[in-house]
Amino acid sequence: MQLDELYRQVIMDHYQKPRNQGTLSEDAISVDLRNPSCGDEIFLQLMVEDGIVKDVRFRGSGCSISMSSASMMTEAIKGKTVDDALKLSQTFREMMLGHDVDFDELGELESLHGVAKFPARIKCATLAWQALERAASSTGEN
Amino acid sequence: MNPIELRKDFPIFEEKINGHPLVYLDSAATSQKPRQVLDVLKRYYEHENSNVHRGVHTLGTRATESYEQAREKVATFIHAPSANQVVFTRGTTESLNMIAYGYARTRFQAGDEIVLPPSEHHSNLIPWQQVARATGASIKYLPLQPDGTIRLEDVEATVTEKTKLVTIAHVSNVLGTINPVKEIAEIAHRHGAIMVVDGAQSVPHMPIDVVELDCDFLAFSGHKMCGPTGIGVLYGKKELFEQMEPTYFGGEMIDVVELYESTWKEAPWKFEGGTPIIAGAIGLGAAVDYLSAIGLDAVAEHDAKLANLAMERLQAIDGIDVYGPPAGVHRGGLVTFNLRGVHPHDVATVLDTQGVAVRAGHHCAQPLMRILGVGSTARASFYLYNTEDDVEHLVEALQQAKEFFGHAIG
Repeated sequence: MQLDELYRQVIMDHYQKPRNQGTLSEDAISVDLRNPSCGDEIFLQLMVEDGIVKDVRFRGSGCSISMSSASMMTEAIKGKTVDDALKLSQTFREMMLGHDVDFDELGELESLHGVAKFPARIKCATLAWQALERAASSTGEN
Repeated sequence: MNPIELRKDFPIFEEKINGHPLVYLDSAATSQKPRQVLDVLKRYYEHENSNVHRGVHTLGTRATESYEQAREKVATFIHAPSANQVVFTRGTTESLNMIAYGYARTRFQAGDEIVLPPSEHHSNLIPWQQVARATGASIKYLPLQPDGTIRLEDVEATVTEKTKLVTIAHVSNVLGTINPVKEIAEIAHRHGAIMVVDGAQSVPHMPIDVVELDCDFLAFSGHKMCGPTGIGVLYGKKELFEQMEPTYFGGEMIDVVELYESTWKEAPWKFEGGTPIIAGAIGLGAAVDYLSAIGLDAVAEHDAKLANLAMERLQAIDGIDVYGPPAGVHRGGLVTFNLRGVHPHDVATVLDTQGVAVRAGHHCAQPLMRILGVGSTARASFYLYNTEDDVEHLVEALQQAKEFFGHAIG
């Protein structure tokens, strides 16, 4: 396994310069999630209007894989319907399992496909998505 | 002691990891197992397997003898006055929980105090939080020095007549600090408190004499000392074992069972409800034989030498922060560090591609991570099969990680 295959330039770019970092107002849907085995954490906020993700922000601490995945995710879901965001989450998880997926749908997120070959790191890559799924399930309740 | 010869006893070193020979630097999490232990496990299952303490048949006698012999071996290993002071458990966590549930919870009350440092492994922290919640007792933390050491004058100032229990890891699993257990026990006893020692990181690595340390309880795990997983030990003073209640009830541990009440066997058997971990105990006995033949003084010296070498080599690398006591200070066989600007997970992944296995994470010590001001760290830990070459491999792999991320980050 070549390290370049795991740590692609775009991943390091998002790790160094995370997009959509920060917080939204208190009425946004907020999810605080930790990976208890390693201490990585994410605080994700979604502003949903008419079933559409109008805005999204995150704060967190963790490795390059978890933080870049969160950063790319926020870019990918902004403006999407919650349902489409969840579909994307499903596709991302399929990619983590090493399944064939439509890379076009994933855009930059495709850069994380190498993580599938590092089973110990899949949890890092999916932390933000787990937070998204949790946030989406609370929109359903409202 | 010759680690290059000893390595031949460990079949795992024939493994190739990502195309490289295994450089195993995670023995503080679990040690590798020598053939001498693996063979004893196989022999037990092939020639002795039977339940203990109940069979009249020949195999039952063989299994019982081997199981109780293992207890004798462990008792001798830690210099316990009697084998009856050795209880087999699943590991350090279970041993500590047994003290919390079987001893502390039924005795402590509001106003009582439990004293420990905030650097403890979660398994020697949460059981006491639970005791405090259930009994109304409170927890008082010992202050830590910046390098993670504890000053005896702080112990003197913290322990009072209200203190019922003082506990500490003999060796810190994060910082490698060797704590002055004997001196702390003396302070605890002067105030009428009992002394509980977490020996998970000390018993595998140095000679232990429970009488000399004068600890009231000592907990440790078999799998960190060349033994199988799933076996551990709780040592206790005779009179405390008499007072302590069992935590599990059922087969094996009883004396007389009536319809509405029952009585227990004596220690240690009253604490071993159900079919015990027979193979695990016998495997631990074999591990004790293996370690005793090498000599724990030699192991301690070897581990500390490698840790100090690693400390010096890592400190010489620009951009690496090392935690814990400085080089040259007597320490356990581990070094905890971070490569500045790179998350320890990423460091560990890069090292793994070179066959170098280190631990990355919070090491089950979240309060200590907060004190150090980091979310997580990387840790390299050493044992009798590690060599100076292993340290060099670690340094080379870290240089590569630094270069790789330096380049990737720009």
